[in-house]
Amino acid sequence: MTVELALFYLSAFVAVAATALTVTRTYASHALIYLIVSLLAVAVIFFLLGAPFAAALEVVIYAGAIMVFFLFVVMMLNLGPDTREQERRWLAPRTWIGPGVLASILFLELVYLIAGSDVTTPGVPVGPKAVGIELFGPYLLAVELASILLLAGLVGAYHLGRRYMRARREEVE
Amino acid sequence: MLASIDWGYIMILPVLGGALAASALLIWWERRLLGFWQDRLGPNRVGPFGLLQIVADVVKLFTKDDWLPPFADRVLFMLAPAIIAGAMLMGFVVVPFGAELAVIDLNIGVLFFLAMTSLSVYGVLLGGLASNNKYSLLGGLRSGAQMVTYEVFMGLSLMGVVLHTGSFSLVQIVHAQEAMWFVVPQVLGFIVFFIAGLAETHRLPFDLPEAEHELAAGFHTEYSAMKFGLIMVGEYLGVILSSAMIVTLFFGGWLGPAFLPPIVWFSIKTAFFVCGFILLRAAIPRPRYDQLMSLGWKILLPVTLLNLLATGAIVLLREGV
Repeated sequence: MTVELALFYLSAFVAVAATALTVTRTYASHALIYLIVSLLAVAVIFFLLGAPFAAALEVVIYAGAIMVFFLFVVMMLNLGPDTREQERRWLAPRTWIGPGVLASILFLELVYLIAGSDVTTPGVPVGPKAVGIELFGPYLLAVELASILLLAGLVGAYHLGRRYMRARREEVE
Repeated sequence: MLASIDWGYIMILPVLGGALAASALLIWWERRLLGFWQDRLGPNRVGPFGLLQIVADVVKLFTKDDWLPPFADRVLFMLAPAIIAGAMLMGFVVVPFGAELAVIDLNIGVLFFLAMTSLSVYGVLLGGLASNNKYSLLGGLRSGAQMVTYEVFMGLSLMGVVLHTGSFSLVQIVHAQEAMWFVVPQVLGFIVFFIAGLAETHRLPFDLPEAEHELAAGFHTEYSAMKFGLIMVGEYLGVILSSAMIVTLFFGGWLGPAFLPPIVWFSIKTAFFVCGFILLRAAIPRPRYDQLMSLGWKILLPVTLLNLLATGAIVLLREGV
């Protein structure tokens, strides 16, 4: 147990540190890489808690696909030294007050919850099969709603892309 | 949670060393085979059959000037080749070389392999971004789009195999093929996985991220010396890993007639598919980038979805639900 506990705290520390660095970096690309590290650390925590399937999905989908698109946008924008200056101005202490207050409320809530009750994870391993049975059993409606949302996104992207392609084609002709 | 194999720790070094040695050997082997198929000799001067060419290449790579471009993002520039090779090496962790010969038999083995290939995208993307060079940037962008696209079909094409087995564990997938290799019921899955494997390792004919006639050398234009060497090693590791996964998932892994030990069967089958990768390089011209994308989304995606639907129906029918 002690080794697992040590691993848990280590990866939790990595996750928190990487997330803090994500917020404070002025280069967008560096911030994104810290965010990816933070997601990987969370995946390790999932694995330690006995949810290997969730851990694998965290890496495949969040770290492996969604963050690639974030990085994509950063590459397209080609952010130079000017944006770095801008970021620095945006990170002035004054702007920290609002988010800081809100985050500290959440933090106090968390401390209260941890100190006041014994609500922790049961620590039961959950395999891929169990996740699948749950998803397509009691949560079938949520799965279908999510797929409808994705379909709507797909149709929307197709529509926008088609208009752009038609304009391009007319331009060429 | 983990069906741990007793000598998993002992396997780490042979797997690591074997994979690296094989990828170094492959640099020479590919050039000889390409020479053979293109009716010329290839490197045959240094040592027997030109085998020492590898040593000469390694010496050259290590002694070359390791240039760090002053305009590059230094940390990311150095990190990128390590990510490419590291992610591919991590993929070998779940490959079963025999019934007991794997570093670990994870019950999410297939997903672990997919996770590692999806992380290797970052090496290419960051290499392109950190080089601060427009050819590199375009190469990085192309590879990002290409790899994320083909990852979708790669994952979906494997789900037929997972449906037949009822498990993500690679050892159990091989055990499920004792009666029949999965290439028979899952021939569509195999074809899509093979094409996706080509695109994922950005090998010719899908090497558009580094297409030299339009992008110089693409994302690794600025790389030299051993950093370039590491990118090359990563690419060959990707070829071996893809072949090993094809063998494990569709061609019965280590299974074979008993006159040869299982690991020899595994190596023979893997070597066969590695040669297949090289033959494709020699035989097929490069498509245009939009052709690559429409092949993926308009043909491979519907094919894999239909395959998955049919497989699901067959598995349900056989269980008599």
